[in-house]
Amino acid sequence: MGESKSEPSVSVNGLVKIFGRRVKRSLKFLRDGKTKDEIQKMTGATVGVYDASFDIYPEETFIVMGLSGSGKSTLVRCVIRLIEPTAGTIILNGQDVTKMGERELMALRRKDVGMVFQHFALFPHRTVLDNVAYGLEIQGISKRERYTKAEEYLEQVGLGGWGHYRPKALSGGMQQRVGLARALIQDPAILLMDEPFSALDPLIRKDMQDELVDMQRKMRKSILFITHDLDEALRLGDRIAIMNEGQVVQIGTPKEIVTEPVNDYVAEFVQNVDRFDFLTAKDAIGPNIPLLRQDQPVADAWKAIEDSQSPYLVQTDGDNRLVGITYSHDVKAALQNGPVNLDQLPVHESEVASPNILASDLLPRMSANYQPIVLLDDSRRIVGVVDASSLVASLVDSSDED
Amino acid sequence: MIFSILPDFLIEYPSQWIIPLSSWIEDATDIIIERGDLLWSLMASVLRFTLGEANAILSILPWSFMIVIFVIIGTLIGGRSLGIGTGLGLLLIAALGMWDLAMITLALVLVAAFLSIVIGIPLGILMSRYESLNQIIRPVLDLMQTLPSFVYLIPVVMIFSIGRIPALLATFIYSVPPTIRLTNLGIRQVPEDVLEAGLSLGSSRLQLLTKIQLPLALPTIMAGVNQTVMMALAMVVIASMIGAGGLGVEVLRGVGQLDVGRGFVGGICIVILAIIIDRLTQEAVTPPE
Ligand SMILES: Nc1ncnc2c1ncn2[C@@H]1O[C@H](COP(=O)(O)OP(=O)(O)OP(=O)(O)O)[C@@H](O)[C@H]1O
Ligand SMILES: [Mg+2]
Repeated sequence: MGESKSEPSVSVNGLVKIFGRRVKRSLKFLRDGKTKDEIQKMTGATVGVYDASFDIYPEETFIVMGLSGSGKSTLVRCVIRLIEPTAGTIILNGQDVTKMGERELMALRRKDVGMVFQHFALFPHRTVLDNVAYGLEIQGISKRERYTKAEEYLEQVGLGGWGHYRPKALSGGMQQRVGLARALIQDPAILLMDEPFSALDPLIRKDMQDELVDMQRKMRKSILFITHDLDEALRLGDRIAIMNEGQVVQIGTPKEIVTEPVNDYVAEFVQNVDRFDFLTAKDAIGPNIPLLRQDQPVADAWKAIEDSQSPYLVQTDGDNRLVGITYSHDVKAALQNGPVNLDQLPVHESEVASPNILASDLLPRMSANYQPIVLLDDSRRIVGVVDASSLVASLVDSSDED
Repeated sequence: MIFSILPDFLIEYPSQWIIPLSSWIEDATDIIIERGDLLWSLMASVLRFTLGEANAILSILPWSFMIVIFVIIGTLIGGRSLGIGTGLGLLLIAALGMWDLAMITLALVLVAAFLSIVIGIPLGILMSRYESLNQIIRPVLDLMQTLPSFVYLIPVVMIFSIGRIPALLATFIYSVPPTIRLTNLGIRQVPEDVLEAGLSLGSSRLQLLTKIQLPLALPTIMAGVNQTVMMALAMVVIASMIGAGGLGVEVLRGVGQLDVGRGFVGGICIVILAIIIDRLTQEAVTPPE
């Protein structure tokens, strides 16, 4: 995900939105480097978004995060022109949205994009089923067909059988599921979500996040997800953009955002991050654990162990697949018995894990016997080795120490 | 006197400086009446036809039959108690000997309300859509609400002289503002994000209006219609001064001839009618749930 091998689903370039009057003048002031506050004072216009550029790739969950008033909602609304952008281009699935006429825009909204809202924005006068079916209804699809499909989507969000209720009768979490089903029924490739879980209480929010992750594994949409909750961003995002005063100040993976903030604003955002929430096993790979092929001589192994001060080494076959672990005292003993290869030495079985699980999930497995854990990719090749010290080091933020 | 240094024209306002607004208006009205002759007579005939039909329907049917119909309508709208209440009220009007007059009044009210819906709701919709129109019409509505009701009688009498049609027109003009105002308000009250949800799914403007805005504004619009109907009833009584006929005439005669009894009976029937109309339109508004 996120690699530039495919065309982006969403490509926003130099997007500007200025609310109010004297837009041209404000734009000029902006280009001259005036701040949002200065422009507000000088022209009375409000800068919603200034010069935002980013790409979202197919199947990627792209998070936009920022404080209240930083322009997140304005940005996401500009993408389908619920708010008319002042300047910039927006390309969705290869089509330039900013150049579209009313008809094209309607067609785009009907098939390419779906949107989910912070306060659900359900139609209160319609039943749950009619809410979900709305997108098909306006396309003139027959009642029978759209109800069948709506039932299907309700089922998918876990609300089968709730179709005849009014939205008001449902809890917040359920209402947002309806909102999600309503957006998904047109099967859009792009999903816009403006703080979809912010209005829910924390436990429900966590559930919904997990479910979104599950669903995304199957749906594989391009998601533009707005939030002001960093934990949520770290949990869901493939990449995160941080906004401040209408500008995108940093775009990066969760780890980049947390470990390499570009300025104080971002740093402040991430200062209280629980690294347990986003660091993955591959972030905890230790640099010092020797990996050696089993056909290498014991002398090489001893040298590697002395260099790294590691109590063990990992043996691999010729294809970088795991053979097992050998302890340093066995190596030392073998050294005295003359020149042999590693495959003559005792080999112990090792714990293995996927490099993509959370690093914190390795802790309980590690604490049992302080054995290293070998990370294997899908084809069972070694990605790296995590040991107790590298795991602890990764979970303790070094920048906290000073 | 210190004022004696002033020239005369600063002491006494010179009569030749008085703006002849009243004669201008008279001239303008004359022009409007003459030039608009065709329009006015067309309008009058349409109104006469509508009113005639309404009158005919309400008065051709025998009173007993009418009461049954109203009981059924009342029951359908607001359940059995409303049906019974409506029936008893109408029965009382008949028993007081005011049936025919009440039907004349009712016909006027219904036609005026009908006009208000047909004209007021689209106007309210346009106002909610076009801010400039809103800016123009709102102050006019505000002004209309502050004018005493009989002021409306003057222009219509000038154009149509007296009779049922000018009375109907005055009633309509007097009573239409709440429908316009509340239609506009109701549509504007639809939450922004609900509209955005509708748009984000690809609704056309018309679909947005008919499937989201109007249904959500309906309770507010109906509250406006209810107010309009009540104001129409009040105005019909006043419009009996210019020939509306109906129950208002009784009240007017009662006052004019110091015939307390007659005025009182007319008044009671108006109140009964008002209550019935109010209950029926109110109940029609509240969604069944
Ligand atoms: N319709 C509007 N007219 C004028 N100014 C607006 C309008 N909508 C938003 N703004 C301004 O634009 C800026 C960005 O607002 P926006 O709603 O996009 O922020 P946000 O990041 O979504 O905030 P929140 O987290 O509170 O939802 C704010 O200063 C806001 O006051
Ligand atoms: Mg927002």
